Amino acid sequence: MTPEAIRRLKRRYAAERRFKAYGIAAMTFAAAALLLLLVTVVGNGYTAFWQTQLRIEVFFDPDAIAPAGTTDRRRLMGADYRTVLLDAVSARFPEVRDRDGLRQLEGLVGSGAEVQLRDMVVADPGLIGQRRQVWLLAHSDIDMLIKGQTRLGDGARVTERQAGWLTALARGGDVDQFFNTRFFTGADSRDPELVGILGGVVGTTFTLLICLLLAFPLGVMAAVYLEEYAPKNRLTDIIEVNINNLAAVPSIVFGLLGLSVFINFFGMPRSAPLVGGSVLALMSLPTIIIAARAALRAVPPSIREGALGVGASKMQMIGHHVLPLAMPGILTGTIIAMAHALGETAPLLMIGMVAFITDIPTDPLSASTVLPVQIFMWADHPERGFVEKTSAGIIVLLVFMLVMNASAVWLRRKFERRW
Amino acid sequence: MNTMVANKAKAAQPQGAGPAALKVVARDVNVHYGQKHALKGVSIDIPDRSVTAFIGPSGCGKSTFLRCINRMNDTIANARVDGSIKLDGADIYDPAVDVVQLRARVGMVFQKPNPFPKSIYENVVYGPRIHGLAESRADLDAIVEKSLRGAGLWDEVKDRLREPGTGLSGGQQQRLCIARTIAVEPEVILMDEPCSALDPIATAVIEELIEELRKDFTIVIVTHNMQQAARVSQRTAFFHLGLLVEVDDTEKIFTNPQDARTQGYITGRYG
Repeated sequence: MTPEAIRRLKRRYAAERRFKAYGIAAMTFAAAALLLLLVTVVGNGYTAFWQTQLRIEVFFDPDAIAPAGTTDRRRLMGADYRTVLLDAVSARFPEVRDRDGLRQLEGLVGSGAEVQLRDMVVADPGLIGQRRQVWLLAHSDIDMLIKGQTRLGDGARVTERQAGWLTALARGGDVDQFFNTRFFTGADSRDPELVGILGGVVGTTFTLLICLLLAFPLGVMAAVYLEEYAPKNRLTDIIEVNINNLAAVPSIVFGLLGLSVFINFFGMPRSAPLVGGSVLALMSLPTIIIAARAALRAVPPSIREGALGVGASKMQMIGHHVLPLAMPGILTGTIIAMAHALGETAPLLMIGMVAFITDIPTDPLSASTVLPVQIFMWADHPERGFVEKTSAGIIVLLVFMLVMNASAVWLRRKFERRW
Repeated sequence: MNTMVANKAKAAQPQGAGPAALKVVARDVNVHYGQKHALKGVSIDIPDRSVTAFIGPSGCGKSTFLRCINRMNDTIANARVDGSIKLDGADIYDPAVDVVQLRARVGMVFQKPNPFPKSIYENVVYGPRIHGLAESRADLDAIVEKSLRGAGLWDEVKDRLREPGTGLSGGQQQRLCIARTIAVEPEVILMDEPCSALDPIATAVIEELIEELRKDFTIVIVTHNMQQAARVSQRTAFFHLGLLVEVDDTEKIFTNPQDARTQGYITGRYG
């Protein structure tokens, strides 16, 4: 080899090494960004799975709860638990007499504790007139301080006096953190210590089910028709171009479409997963059609000929051979479309799924919200307690996505192994 | 010239080419692919229970004509076929003819082995199942054994019928495709260069098999390999540029062709 050729060879190898290094650098950057995101979210959010509670002796005063002695459910639900709660807290710190002090004492326990007491009494009216040691939900500001999310002094959400009482309570073992089951079993609330994600999870489940049930069969049938039956002419060219364009339409436009067609024209209920799922189905359709067409095209012509050659009709050829072979590819496209739909917020804002809903939806027609919208709403709240709830919501959303994708991948594997 | 080939052709046809019943009769068949006139006025008689070979250079229309016989050209969007092709005296392009039924009567084996990505068993029973040829599991089992024996594959695969057909060797796959075809008990089997993707040993096995199959089936085979045509066929048709140049007994084509183009092709001057 001439020295010239050797030099050229060296340059070629150097270029190849650089090329590989660029790839590794890009990978590292992506992994680092992902790691940063996860660390931030989990670091902010994991504390939301625990909740600070204070043990205080409560006297279920009959005069406050059931002055007339009636214990029917409706009366108990509407009774005055605030007085009971305040009496209990001030009884724990009898030395506090001044107005300001009492107000600060009241700030130790949030309105969550009231709801707690109400639920206890409604569940067991026999409590009325008794004294009990109760673990009461601390106010979310106290919760933040105990968890170390805020420090004394900054923003002055918790006063020095309150901190002193907390220390006193802690000395007696009356301050502790418990697993926050309410977060996984409840729906939205104005109070950060009372919020739950289950409403969003159920809403998302309904919405995505509707979306899948509409978009998957429609998308696959459209793709089969376009790929296997439709003549190749100008009309089908136009349809193809438009499907590709639809995939690029901003999602908020689909939201407007859903608002005017589904809600205003067809009169479907506002804020319902049925409408949300329909809108997301419209949005997912182009993606599914494009992926399904690509998967159908990738089935080798020899398989089609083999089927036709033994006398299969066109439908049998498609149903027995082409579709099963294309199914893994179709499922991949569907997974991508569904993951996209799961994270979609904008179109759902347009159809009213942004409402404040404190009940867990029971069916696809009841008002509900979805996980990303729930996260969006929590992020909008000014209270410090919602910061960790927002991150916790994101964790739940990510877990939901992982579970959904894992089950889809498992399904796809199962399908592939059939052959 | 090719005396060795000619001898083999003779050996493959010990009883001589007597006048046989005609299975397929084509008259003035033209095929257009869009503007392209791919097949020009082909008329040919294909005798029953014999092997007819189509030879000719690439793009001469032999595969096109083969695919007319079971109307596989219907699947090509811009293909147009005119003329008449009769199977047992009935025109197969008649609008009353059901193409699915036709393909059950005229089976096809393709250039590249194309078993379905299913088990060996499923490959063979697919045709009988969609045509409702079997009533019970036992019937299907019997069809599988008969077809695989017919394709000379039974002894090799009888212990692994549940394994995927795509896991077999190329030659075995092609025999599986033949088994799949004969499982529907067709009358005619079309073979489109069935050995072009196979090694010489697998090719020899398939050729022996064709010799066996012609006892029960009418076979039409397209081949690029003239020795193969000489070895397996009783009649040979030479196609050139969309025309059927010459068709005659194989022995005659290879020893005493009437047309100068046939002469030129079989002696290797072009093609």
